[in-house]
Amino acid sequence: MTVTNLEIADSRRRQRLNAIQRSLNARHARERRFRLLGLGAVITAMVLVAILFASILIRGVPAFWQATLTLDIYLDPEVIQVDERPVRERGESPAQYRERELAWLSQLGMVNWNALIDEALKDQLPGEIESRQTRDLRALVASGERFALRNRVIEKPELIGQTVTVKMLAGANVDVWLKGNIDRSLPDHQQQLSAQTREWADYLKEQGTIRNAFSTALFINTDSRSSPASAGLAGAFMGSLFMMLIVIALSIPLGVASAIYLEEFAPKNRLTDLIEININNLAAVPSIIFGLLGAAIFVGYLRLPLSAPLVGGLVLTLMTLPTIIIATRSALRSIPPSIRQAALGIGASRVQTVFHHVLPLALPGILTGSILGVAQALGETAPLLLIGMNAFVANVPSSPVDQATALPVQIYLWQGNELRNFFEARTSAAIIVLLGLMLSLNATAIWLRKKFETRW
Amino acid sequence: MSFKKSTLSMAIAASLAAGLSTAAQARDTIQIAGSSTVLPFASIVAEEFGGSFPQFNTPVVGSGGSGGGLRQFCQGVGENTIDIANASRAIRSGELENCAANGVNDVLEVMFGYDGIVFASRADRGEFALTPQHVFAAAAAQIPQDGQLVDNPYTRWSEIDSDLPDQEIVLVIPASNHGTREVFEERVLHAGCDSYAEIEGDACNNLRGDGRIIEIAGDYTETLARLDAQSDAVGVFGLSFYDQNRDRLQVATVDGVTPSLETIGSGEYPVSRPLFFYVKGEHLDMVPGLAEYTEFFLSDAISGYGSPLEDAGLIPMDDDERAQALEQFQARTVVSAE
Repeated sequence: MTVTNLEIADSRRRQRLNAIQRSLNARHARERRFRLLGLGAVITAMVLVAILFASILIRGVPAFWQATLTLDIYLDPEVIQVDERPVRERGESPAQYRERELAWLSQLGMVNWNALIDEALKDQLPGEIESRQTRDLRALVASGERFALRNRVIEKPELIGQTVTVKMLAGANVDVWLKGNIDRSLPDHQQQLSAQTREWADYLKEQGTIRNAFSTALFINTDSRSSPASAGLAGAFMGSLFMMLIVIALSIPLGVASAIYLEEFAPKNRLTDLIEININNLAAVPSIIFGLLGAAIFVGYLRLPLSAPLVGGLVLTLMTLPTIIIATRSALRSIPPSIRQAALGIGASRVQTVFHHVLPLALPGILTGSILGVAQALGETAPLLLIGMNAFVANVPSSPVDQATALPVQIYLWQGNELRNFFEARTSAAIIVLLGLMLSLNATAIWLRKKFETRW
Repeated sequence: MSFKKSTLSMAIAASLAAGLSTAAQARDTIQIAGSSTVLPFASIVAEEFGGSFPQFNTPVVGSGGSGGGLRQFCQGVGENTIDIANASRAIRSGELENCAANGVNDVLEVMFGYDGIVFASRADRGEFALTPQHVFAAAAAQIPQDGQLVDNPYTRWSEIDSDLPDQEIVLVIPASNHGTREVFEERVLHAGCDSYAEIEGDACNNLRGDGRIIEIAGDYTETLARLDAQSDAVGVFGLSFYDQNRDRLQVATVDGVTPSLETIGSGEYPVSRPLFFYVKGEHLDMVPGLAEYTEFFLSDAISGYGSPLEDAGLIPMDDDERAQALEQFQARTVVSAE
């Protein structure tokens, strides 16, 4: 009897143990599966990011190097027939001087600079070059380089009559041909360059006249359509810079001030609840809506200029404000109440409490939120399209009311350029520049957070 | 604390005031918007203009399609409205009425050259020799068969004409915000439609809705991207765009004529259209360089034979036509609604 009882008890115990073991195994397996899934998700994301970056880098990095000619150009006084550079005389009004200077500049504008470049090229190329081949010859050099040559003479008129060694960008299609971005085996009618120009380009490359050199054009020039090889980001960069300055100057003070008021001073009632809900909703409004609003109010009603970084900056400010308010409020909320109580306890006023104690502690969070908000604004494209910032601008803007474009919009514009073979790489290069800016902004945010971080 | 606050509010007020006051200053840069077909040409002229006239700024050229440009153009007179609208078609009477309603009465039309519209397919696919009738049969919503209108039954080009390649029918055309669309409808669809007595007038514009017609609101690059994704597709492009992407595209003949500068210039190739820009007469005294830009645009060195615009794919007008266009502008001939 007792034996059987014992046996029964023993077998029950084993059954229980088995059940526990089974459930334990099942739970462990579930945990392993979850971990694997999580790891898989992270790996997938990393691989996708790596593919994205690699494809952009592989396509974009070669665009920083461009086919460049080194030419000895004789600045023939026979061709450059201009007067002496006007010097301001005594008693001459600035307007009169400006007029004489403009007349001189116009004279220089009329000079056939291409003829000088043609001569320099003919020296480098074998055989006689007839005048009917001028077109093939001019295809070798980016057409904007004649203005660069002119500007050189404007800066130093005494160069006329001398031979100068000039680095000139090769034409966009020459660059494409030499880099092999177009299939070199395609028949003549599918090529962009004439057979003669291709032959000359290969010859000059062999002679060392054309080299693949690092080009600063991408950084110092503005966008160009007449001379695609010299198209650069300078105008777009300045446009973005002006917009970011406006965004920083307006959205950070406004955003931080409203967050402090709402979090520390405002009474909790229906009205503040309503405001809070609206701020949260605003943060979720698609950016293109802000663009529509900007076009209607800033351009349509306030009559601010089209395509101006001022309007772009105001629109992006509206877009960034909710982000900064929310980030600042959560930074303020994360400061322990004991800090406030201690300050109030030793007799600080509420304003003193906030500005002397709470705000300095919340600073890293506020800065991080603000910088991320500004970085987001830097990369924003859609609202800018609606206020005319997608126009072709060939000037570097000198103030926020001059027409300009922005870096992400420039990427969009180059992506749509009809000269695909050349601009595909150029677009990726512009993306690299924009990503570089973003990364440095984000790195600043992290650095600031670490620098001001306080523990308690 | 109050000091900090007051400087802060002053800074904000100052920056806002600066923005508002500069808006009242005169604009000294010409502002252009409109057709994406004209955009490359206008941009080149703008750059050359900026390079040749040191006293003027380089004009700013925006896109938005012919319709979008003319809508902005007709928004009114003043600093924050554009000075020139580029268009790949003539202004419509409805747009002129809109202009007049907003106080824009001096609309000066400038024609500066021609552009061909070409059908192109991927270079690695079959060659097309199209006629307007083929295109209509491929694109129409309904076509007559045995005396009755039936839903378009064609799914492959070879079913329309056995000489055409055995490829799926996919036609990528510009959306109605493009001036190119109007020319496509007039010169191709209607021409094809005329061969069928059963369909007339606006019914010719009814396109099939089964996904074989893809309308593109963006630029030709988008059309090109479509052709990359759907290898059988045939796209509608401007001649200049095709010209710059000849390594990827092959062009179809229309009525046996291959589009080129010569065949379009001579009128042999049937699908071509004049290109325009519209100058706001009211702005001529307000924005410096507007008249000079227009005259520069029409000069032989810029838009004649051997000019940078011809290199970019524009079909130049001959000297007489150009002289006439210049004369018309210099006389400030205002467009009137017919």
